[in-house]
Amino acid sequence: MGRSLKKGPFVQQALLEKVDKANETNSKKPIKTWARSSMITPDLVGHTFLVHNGKDFVSVYVTENMVGHRLGEFALTRVFKSHGGITVKVAK
Amino acid sequence: MARLIGVEIPNEKKIEYSLPYIYGIGLPLSRKILAATKIDPNTRAGELTDEQLAVLTQAIQATNLPMEGDLRREIGAHMKRILSINCYRAHRHRRGLPSRGQRTHTNGRTRKGSRKTVGAQAKKK
Repeated sequence: MGRSLKKGPFVQQALLEKVDKANETNSKKPIKTWARSSMITPDLVGHTFLVHNGKDFVSVYVTENMVGHRLGEFALTRVFKSHGGITVKVAK
Repeated sequence: MARLIGVEIPNEKKIEYSLPYIYGIGLPLSRKILAATKIDPNTRAGELTDEQLAVLTQAIQATNLPMEGDLRREIGAHMKRILSINCYRAHRHRRGLPSRGQRTHTNGRTRKGSRKTVGAQAKKK
C-alpha cells in the first residue's frame, strides 16, 4: 500500500534539519540517525549516514539510485546464520 | 507456424493461447488484443491470414508495452539497480529467499527450491 501523495514522502524533520545544516557548511561528516523509516529524498544524496540497526550504526553512503528507498533498508537488523556447521557434539 | 513481431513463432494452438508465448503478453492482454482486432480467439494461429497477422502486429505495437528483449532488458536493469544499492531486497535476492516480507519458517518454497535437510555434519577424518 503506497502512501498518500498529498502527504509527500516521510522524512524525519530533525534529519532534514541536520542535512540542511550539513549542506550549508559543506560538511561531509557522517550524520548519525535512528530515522530508519525516513525516505531518501534527492537532498540526502551524497551524504553519509550512520543508520542505527538496533545495535550499531551502519555507515550508508547515499547515491542517486537509492532515492525512494528508506534508510533502514540499507542497515540490516538481523545477522544471517546458516545451518550445517561442524559442531563439537557431532564430531564425537 | 505464424510469425509475429520479429522472431516470435507461436505454435498451432488457438491464437488466444498462442499469443502468450510472446514474452510480455499474458492471457488477459491476449484477449484484450483479440477483442480489439475482432479476430476470433478460437482460430488456430496457423490458420490466420496474412492480413490478420498484420493487424495483430499492429495491435501489439499499439499497446506501447515493452515486449521480448526490451522487457527482459528493462527487468534486468531494474534488478541490477536493486542489487547495486545493497538494500534489504538485494540481500534477499542473493540468498534466494522471498524479498517481500513473507514468512520463511514454513513455505517460501518457490524461492527456496525443494526441501533439503540441513543438520550438523560430522567432521571427516
